[in-house]
Amino acid sequence: MSIDASLLREIIMDHYEYPRNKSLTDQSGYASVHMASDSCIDDITVQSKIENGIIQDVRFDGVACTIATSSTSIMSELMQGKSIEEAKEIISNYFNMIDQKKYDEDLLEEAIAFQNVGKQANRIHCATIGWKAMDQMIRESEGEKDESR
Amino acid sequence: MDVNKIREDFPILNRTMCQKPLIYFDNSATTLKPDCVIQTITNYYTYLGANAHRGDYEMSGQVDAQFEGARKIAQKFINARYPEEIVFTSGSTMGLNEICIMLTSQYLKDGDAVLTCQSEHASSILPWMKASKKIELQYIPLDSHGKITLENVKKALNDKVKVVCLAQVSNVLGYQTPIKEISELCHARNIILIVDGAQSTPHIKIDVQDLDVDFFVMSAHKMCGPTGVGILYGKKKYLDVLEPVFYGGESNARFDQCGHVLLKESPLKFESGTQPIEAVLGMGQAMKYIEEIGQDRIHAYEVELKRYFLDKIKDMNHIVVYNKDSECGIVTFNVMDHGKMIFAQDVASFLNTKGIAVRSGQHCAKLLPEVLNVNSTVRASFYFYNTKEEIDTFVEALKEVTLENCVNIFF
Repeated sequence: MSIDASLLREIIMDHYEYPRNKSLTDQSGYASVHMASDSCIDDITVQSKIENGIIQDVRFDGVACTIATSSTSIMSELMQGKSIEEAKEIISNYFNMIDQKKYDEDLLEEAIAFQNVGKQANRIHCATIGWKAMDQMIRESEGEKDESR
Repeated sequence: MDVNKIREDFPILNRTMCQKPLIYFDNSATTLKPDCVIQTITNYYTYLGANAHRGDYEMSGQVDAQFEGARKIAQKFINARYPEEIVFTSGSTMGLNEICIMLTSQYLKDGDAVLTCQSEHASSILPWMKASKKIELQYIPLDSHGKITLENVKKALNDKVKVVCLAQVSNVLGYQTPIKEISELCHARNIILIVDGAQSTPHIKIDVQDLDVDFFVMSAHKMCGPTGVGILYGKKKYLDVLEPVFYGGESNARFDQCGHVLLKESPLKFESGTQPIEAVLGMGQAMKYIEEIGQDRIHAYEVELKRYFLDKIKDMNHIVVYNKDSECGIVTFNVMDHGKMIFAQDVASFLNTKGIAVRSGQHCAKLLPEVLNVNSTVRASFYFYNTKEEIDTFVEALKEVTLENCVNIFF
């Protein structure tokens, strides 16, 4: 294993053992998505607070494997304080990376740890579960905005 | 039993997985197919070709003979009294759903109860939860090992219970349910007993008359047969009076515009539309193959493999086994790292990189985690073509399972 790989592994291990933003809140203003129907094993809920086009907070909780937990933890940190446009850019680059397409490494920061997840094809779902939840909440927030116009 | 000779019957055992020789320990999910079954299926498409019960030519007659021959093989395989008691289905799931729909619409009343248990597969529980009448589901409490005991069945029976629906062997823990004794209890109370044989037929000799079950289902693919086919056994007295769930060609004798429908007798009235003929023939071949090896020998060998495995890991304290004492080829376990459980899917993915196929998750028994107090487990299920050498490789791989190594597979 190269030094790079061992660094990336450390990132995943760290976010799995000490996940960030891993607790749900009852506060108002949060959207919530429960991701449990795609697989019978990972079961997580992701919450986000989006105000004035800015992602103010992202939280999550649930039962999930190393990859699902750490990728959601990293996503929750990356999204904090980003505008919707920035967040969408990051998410689409992340999905490109997972699909082995071209992506901007700088935008993804620690999330580049999942660059090889496609080597275990059945685990792609794990690496994207939290990200899909965030993507869904962003779309829904935009939909609401459109409706209010 | 000459395992090496048996392994020659399975062409798929020559393949690799992740550049390693394939070690297939997911036999409770589905089993590998011997060449004789593959040849039988191919022969239908390359030689027999015709539909069943429809043609007046030699080819179709040959198909009929083989198709009804497969029914007789199945009858003998579970020792049903009459071939008319054997209905072809797409497998256990379809059988359990059909029985549930027929009994709900034609026999049960709102508020009647169906008794089952927490270790059941989804297909024994969900059809009743979603039934067209308000059927109350009651659960037999499992003992501390996750076993169904006769005592607990006795305690659970009450006047509301009209149907008992249980697996003969649990797909997660592998315990055998005392079906014969439960059948006596049920029949003393006029209760219908439905048994899911998906996990028992591949491993033990079935005698539906001796067990005295009212309905019994099984799937061919769990015992070296094709996917998409199985049987629904029902006592003749029930199949004679029940109306089928599906209608269409082949199940009716005649009908007119006024709505008069004359159905054929059982089993054909339950077999509307063209059946998966090649799969039915393949199932018959699989049953002959299993009988030739012998269920007693198969079961004894699986238990031997499990004991061998348990003995090998007895000093490996990081492996927690949940079903040490069940007499079967299933080992349900988790792996610990520094006192913390490694998520089952991470363990399964690590084993994949060693060429070892196991299952992780809840194994379709979603109520069982409440009993085991874990949200998911790894399941290795052995069959008669597995070897002690494969178990040695498996044990060596388990020695390497750490959280770090489970993450390393992604680099």
